[in-house]
Amino acid sequence: MNRILASARTEFFIALRNRWITIAVAMMVLFSLVLSAAGSAPTGALGVDKLSVTVASLTSLAVYLVPLVALLMSFDAIAGEIERGTLSLVLTYPVSRAALILGKFTAHLAILAIAVAAGYGIAAIAAMAADPDAIRGVPALLRLFWTSILLGATFIGIGYGLSAFARRPGAAAGLVIGLWLVLIVLYDLGLLAAIVADDGGKFTTDYFPWLLLGNPADAFRIYNLAVSDATAAATGLTGAANSIPPVLALISILVWPIVATTIAWLTFRKVTP
Amino acid sequence: MCLTLSQVTKRYGNHTVLDAVGFDVRAGERVALLGHNGAGKSTLMKIILGLIPADLGSVSVLGAAPGSQTARTGTAYLPENAAFHPALTGQEQLCHYLRLRGASTSQAMPLLERVGLETAARRRIGTYSKGMRQRVGLAQALIGTPRLLVLDEPTSGLDPVSRREFYTILDELAAQGTAILLSSHALTEVEARTDRIVILSSGVMVANDTLANLRRRASLPIRLQISAQNGKADEVARKLSAGRRNGVMVDLVCRSDEKLARLGDISALGSLVDDVDIIPPSLEDIYSHFSKGGGA
Repeated sequence: MNRILASARTEFFIALRNRWITIAVAMMVLFSLVLSAAGSAPTGALGVDKLSVTVASLTSLAVYLVPLVALLMSFDAIAGEIERGTLSLVLTYPVSRAALILGKFTAHLAILAIAVAAGYGIAAIAAMAADPDAIRGVPALLRLFWTSILLGATFIGIGYGLSAFARRPGAAAGLVIGLWLVLIVLYDLGLLAAIVADDGGKFTTDYFPWLLLGNPADAFRIYNLAVSDATAAATGLTGAANSIPPVLALISILVWPIVATTIAWLTFRKVTP
Repeated sequence: MCLTLSQVTKRYGNHTVLDAVGFDVRAGERVALLGHNGAGKSTLMKIILGLIPADLGSVSVLGAAPGSQTARTGTAYLPENAAFHPALTGQEQLCHYLRLRGASTSQAMPLLERVGLETAARRRIGTYSKGMRQRVGLAQALIGTPRLLVLDEPTSGLDPVSRREFYTILDELAAQGTAILLSSHALTEVEARTDRIVILSSGVMVANDTLANLRRRASLPIRLQISAQNGKADEVARKLSAGRRNGVMVDLVCRSDEKLARLGDISALGSLVDDVDIIPPSLEDIYSHFSKGGGA
């Protein structure tokens, strides 16, 4: 445990020095502020407080931004150590590989949590300043916060796996950006195209919900929008996925971080410096 | 016995990197591992450290398997061209290593002082010279007085003064019972600083002995360098049936048991000769004798 914390502490220091924390916080705060400003126009939806509307907007933002920040922080974790030549030394220490990777994971997840908290916090303050009823949206915001952390954990784990697999930071960076494009952007477009082509057939009814739940980003979106009051703000695929029970999405959100970190550990175990 | 290697063999495809290498290192013993680039030194060290497995043979590190908790707890390693995260200061980096070994971070400054880095301790490693990084590497290897120290070309990048300080630290460790295995490609550097020399050549162990014994076994020829009187070099060379080197110098090569007889021949030439120098085989000669397979 002490060794995990030692590794986490050093990793946190490095991220602080390399301005990764500043960059991640600035990104989240900036985008949240832009969303809050855009959402300050009258919504027209009766009985929905301002914060709940903000949470719906933040959900759409987090789906893109949280995985991106997580992958950008994690792609260098193992490949960078191999390239710098620091890995061979640390692997001769009496520390297990699982402890080393858990240390990095703890630090990166903490940084992500700080960035997400700062971003959502600013958005929440903005919403509350404009609407006294906004307090009703706090549970939705808290739910968005912890599911964002789990989403980030998934992508940090995937980032480590790709980093260990690629062994070189340049290749790892390419892989994580490619993965982000496929899982976050193209995946939904592909499903949408398939639904249109299928025209309400077997794919739409039998496979589509599972494919949506299998993608951690989609599961995150479904869960947050399904349980929030602002489902009216749900757009695109999620609208089509209204029939999916939120509890299945929650299971997907909870299982993915475990799967991703296990993949990371298994890939890291095979790395010879 | 701190380190025992027996019949250690490593192959990458058809290429044999290490071929049945076997030797021991006892507590307090300093053993130099010599070989050209690609002779298998670093591979052997990685096997000892448990970073890669051997294909055949057995390795025992402090009585345990390489890479086991016991072996890793008692072993310290200094990689070739020690590298660290450039964003950390020397002190932070050392504190990190101390924590990973479960040691107190209060040791960081004393360790940095021991390797002469106290003034640079709070600067980022990114600003360090290669020699300073090597010192950070040595400092981390000294944590908790290891029982086995594995050093991969530890003095590359160090200036002569730092080298001397470095070997002084190694002597202190050896005196406390640490077994030391260090690699180098220069025999001159390790001659007075190690107890035994192991030479690897293309993965084969061609020597494992003290320097004095290696010198004896090699029995390399001795060179006699004769300065002739001005203009008499040709005549001297002819009379001694030797090769002329330049206008005044004549080179003569002989076995060590012929040395006195040849010196007699030279002194018989009387005033034709100005001076004679006897040049024993250099350490590099001995090293290349063995590394070319002469000792096998």
